[in-house]
Amino acid sequence: MPTYPILEYLWIIPLLPLLGSAINGLFGEKWPNKTVNWVALSSTGLSFACALEAVREFFASGQALFHKEFFTWIAAGNFRAGFDLQMDQLTVVMVLVVTGVGWLIHIYSTGYMAHEGGYYRFFSYLNLFMFFMLILVLAANYVLLFVGWEGVGLSSYLLIGFYFLRKSAADAGKKAFIVNRIGDFGFMLGMFLLFRTFHTLDFQTLFDAQHAAAWPAEAYGQFGTFTIACLLLFMGACGKSAQLPLYVWLPDAMEGPTPVSALIHAATMVTAGVYVVARSHVLFTHAPTAMLVVAIVGCATAFFAATIGLVQTDIKKVLAYSTVSQLGYMFLACGVGAFSAGIFHLMTHAFFKALLFLAAGSVIHAMGGEQDMNRMGGLGKKIPWTYVTMLLATFAITGIPFWAGFFSKDAILFAAFQSQTGGTALYVFGLLAALLTSFYMFRLIFLTFGGTRRFDEHKVHVHESPWSMLGPLVVLAVLSTVGGWLALPALFQGPDYFANFLGPVFGGRETAEAAGDIAAHHLELILAGVAVSAALIGLGVAYWLYLKKPGKADELAKSMKPAYTTLLNKYYVDELYAAVVVKPLLWISTVVFWKAVDVTVIDGAVNGVAEGLTNVGDGVRHTQSGNTRSYAVWVVVGAIVIIAVIFFWPSAGKPVIGMVR
Amino acid sequence: MLPGGHLLSVLIFFPAVGALALLLLRGDDHKYIRYLSLIVSVAEFIFSLFLLFKAPVGASGYQLEEFAKWINQPPINYHLGVDGISMFLVILTTFLTPISILASWKSVELRVKEFFIMLLMLEVGVVGVFLSLDLFLFFLFWEVMLIPMALLIGIWGHERRVYAAVKFVLYTMAGSILMLVGIIWLYNATGTFDLPTIQQMLANGVLVLAPRTEMILFLAFFLAFAIKVPLFPLHTWLPDAHVEAPTAGSVMLAGVLLKMGTYGMIRFCLPLFPDASRRAAGWVAALAIIGIIYGALVAMVQPNLKKLVAYSSVSHLGFVVLGIFAFHNISMQGAVYQMLAHGISTGALFLVVGMLHDRRHTFEISEYGGLATPMPKLAAFFLFAALSSLGLPMLNGFVGEYLILLGTYQHHWQWASWAALGVILSACYLLWSYQRVFFGEITKEKNRTLPDASVREKWILATMAVVTLWMGIGSTYITRRTAAAAQTVIDQVEPQRPYEASAPSQIMPSLAPMQPTHTAPRAAKPISFERLETR
Repeated sequence: MPTYPILEYLWIIPLLPLLGSAINGLFGEKWPNKTVNWVALSSTGLSFACALEAVREFFASGQALFHKEFFTWIAAGNFRAGFDLQMDQLTVVMVLVVTGVGWLIHIYSTGYMAHEGGYYRFFSYLNLFMFFMLILVLAANYVLLFVGWEGVGLSSYLLIGFYFLRKSAADAGKKAFIVNRIGDFGFMLGMFLLFRTFHTLDFQTLFDAQHAAAWPAEAYGQFGTFTIACLLLFMGACGKSAQLPLYVWLPDAMEGPTPVSALIHAATMVTAGVYVVARSHVLFTHAPTAMLVVAIVGCATAFFAATIGLVQTDIKKVLAYSTVSQLGYMFLACGVGAFSAGIFHLMTHAFFKALLFLAAGSVIHAMGGEQDMNRMGGLGKKIPWTYVTMLLATFAITGIPFWAGFFSKDAILFAAFQSQTGGTALYVFGLLAALLTSFYMFRLIFLTFGGTRRFDEHKVHVHESPWSMLGPLVVLAVLSTVGGWLALPALFQGPDYFANFLGPVFGGRETAEAAGDIAAHHLELILAGVAVSAALIGLGVAYWLYLKKPGKADELAKSMKPAYTTLLNKYYVDELYAAVVVKPLLWISTVVFWKAVDVTVIDGAVNGVAEGLTNVGDGVRHTQSGNTRSYAVWVVVGAIVIIAVIFFWPSAGKPVIGMVR
Repeated sequence: MLPGGHLLSVLIFFPAVGALALLLLRGDDHKYIRYLSLIVSVAEFIFSLFLLFKAPVGASGYQLEEFAKWINQPPINYHLGVDGISMFLVILTTFLTPISILASWKSVELRVKEFFIMLLMLEVGVVGVFLSLDLFLFFLFWEVMLIPMALLIGIWGHERRVYAAVKFVLYTMAGSILMLVGIIWLYNATGTFDLPTIQQMLANGVLVLAPRTEMILFLAFFLAFAIKVPLFPLHTWLPDAHVEAPTAGSVMLAGVLLKMGTYGMIRFCLPLFPDASRRAAGWVAALAIIGIIYGALVAMVQPNLKKLVAYSSVSHLGFVVLGIFAFHNISMQGAVYQMLAHGISTGALFLVVGMLHDRRHTFEISEYGGLATPMPKLAAFFLFAALSSLGLPMLNGFVGEYLILLGTYQHHWQWASWAALGVILSACYLLWSYQRVFFGEITKEKNRTLPDASVREKWILATMAVVTLWMGIGSTYITRRTAAAAQTVIDQVEPQRPYEASAPSQIMPSLAPMQPTHTAPRAAKPISFERLETR
């Protein structure tokens, strides 16, 4: 018996969901829902339990990094990609979030999907997602990470297109996969470049080299490996984590069932990009240009997506843009070097955004499938559990003091303010995004739960969801509330437990802040106050527009029609991409490449040669006329030609045959 | 030690014996014909697996060589041998043949006996090509393979089958005639057709080719192989041949026949003409990259599903050629792997497309739509094959593609960056066509009642799926065995030093003083005899 049974056999954590997926996928078709549930829940639940045990063993073992090679997956020349897993503090956070939140969402799904067709298929895909996501966070090298990376993309494709009879769903799934592939293009090149410079893609070997000063000179500099590779990796992260300009797939991904939106498109998969940047922090910290790009893109996305979120009326779309925006915050944190703050926000976001989506799902469930907030209203009393939990999640995301989001967002804004490069602008836009966040979130709450009912109560039978759905809501509500308290002592000049926890991974860069000189601490308090006021302003405006003076919002929209329609149409980015990329590509492929080059030019030439030969043959046939006089003429002509060649050929003298050399 | 003397000869001629046996059966005895050919091909597959155990892992050079004098003057010998690369190509061939036979179980009703005889004879030709070490023998099998394939297309094909068959034959012949000239030239210069002997002469400096000669010879071989691959812009026979060929023909065509081209490049172009290969590499890579992107873009807009898969082959084989001509051992390994993986994944795609055709007798994508509802299993298998084709990690396509790009990047980052665009595009054309065929509501009433995969079809596809998955995860089983052969080729093409240092301008002057006279190669003759006698 090994000392650390689960840690030694770490693969068991991803393998369990894979087994569940395979069993349900292969045999689940004819099973009743209960059996499918049993398989799916026990596999993910066990995986969660194993993860907890592995974490306990990891801390018990006292190692800084647990690393184990299980088998060699690809090997060629000096390249080796192994099925190697590792665990450090960053992995701990990710694994627990993935398995824990994942398990809760599995439970929720048993209620939400109970009456849907393809029940076994849904859980098979969901378990498959868990497998790939766990591979992603446990991987000890970039190639295995890429397995999870592509794999979650696949699961996302399958789950977005779950209702494949709907064209919009199938379209959205395809779009998600392809846009992600565009990012992966960068990610792959990033890996190739890293391998070229460092001859390894193993995290441990690659990152440990910094201490040994074993990095070659070409890695440094403005266009050195660090900068280019980090930018390429970040391109992949932009795809997966829906940042500008590759964010377009995420809002469409809301075509998938709501639990999928919660699990994949809010809590876990979309944060993979942030994880990769954090995991590669050693590289990024050597690439200031790349860091700046990350910060700017993150900040811009946070603001940009928040503005779109202001006017959306589909409850899930609001949350989708909110997710894009919050992911922007995480990248902003990473970009200014506050990796632990980024991961902190990743964790709290996983709690509150999963909760928001699940609660939205509960609302949709209650409304019999309605997603348009204009046809909701006054639901607060009818579905109190959903209402209260969603309200708590809203407090968390808007940064109301002492809810989870307050601490993490505060940490990010503080880091942005303090950063050397473009600090003020990053901070201001981050702050504005926070204000907008508060507005659109409370707008969502007021439109959905407050005010008058804007639906036909005879047709829609509003009902509270079953406990299989409410249970996870309550658990997540608790987590959204207390999840940030790890950083609570820092408010009173105490330690930031979360940052300290991640300290071994991200090194000493942030301990300077945590050690807390008084001035910095005061500044942090002031900034927190500013952020809270921004949130309160947003709340106030939303309250005024949607509760106090209903109808005022529409007037306002009319008075600013151009801006409003631009936002409503999401800045026409989809239309722009279609016009600039998709249509020209299809046109050039069809008209130029296929019809012109392939059919006309190449095949035309081939057929032309064939026809020409036929004609030549035809012509030559006529020379054999049987007329001896014409033959005589040809003999003479031939002789003349040969003599002419011998006389006048420039290299006359050499034999004609065998002249090839 | 396992039994199996003369294993290579057995592998080549056993299907021919089977074909002979089929010949004895009555033409209308369809059941027996099918079962007999299946048994023969499965037995052949099992024989081929012996290769894995008889050839030592990691050994370089040719294994299990067989040698016999055949014709005295000119000295044409029956010389066979196998290395890590050809071993798996043979196994791929013998694996896909029974699969093709099973796929034709019901769909071929016309001249059944002749059909299966042709399939087996095709196997003879292809296996012969992969195992021959004598240039003349190689050429012989190269041509032998052509006849059954042309007949498979021309007799059992679809509407425009004769056009496609003629086009296929003419294209291939045009290339092989050039190759024949090259082979005869080499014989003139060396007095032998024996590949290892010629290689040794080149290595010893007994045979030295002037740059221009080498380039012309290189091109003579290369063109024949490039047509077969097919490399852009020599690819237009492929879509026609594929669309018109019966399913079994397409599977064999895409699965193994195209690989004869890339195999030829690895076996002949690089080792025999290393200098010319290096000089041509930039151009070849450019064509390969154009093929990758162009093939994918044209595939994307095809209204015909089978044509789409055919164009995707142009794209995928472009990766292989790129991997070969990057002259890096990682990319070479990747190219070999991609050859095998493409055989499986594209073979699987053609199988599913053929199954759809069996049901609806059309390849037009617009005739389908919403098929996932009546046939969920077939839809799942198609998706699986498509995912492996687009290079999803843990499935076979990824390993080859990744190694090719990784290796190519080490030498030429620009090439790899352009080629990597193919990764995006393959997702576009496969997922888009998948959506149009399988997703959405059913648009054609006929499709509503189509049956899902039958038991036979499920077995075929499940076998393909298992191999796909195994190759995606257990890739080292194969790469361990191909490593030595791939390294040998790289060493031959880059004898002295790593590629970065060997700019062509530095190499060519060193060869200049050794301009051969026309008689010098003749003097090399004794060496070749000596080598043959010491056997």
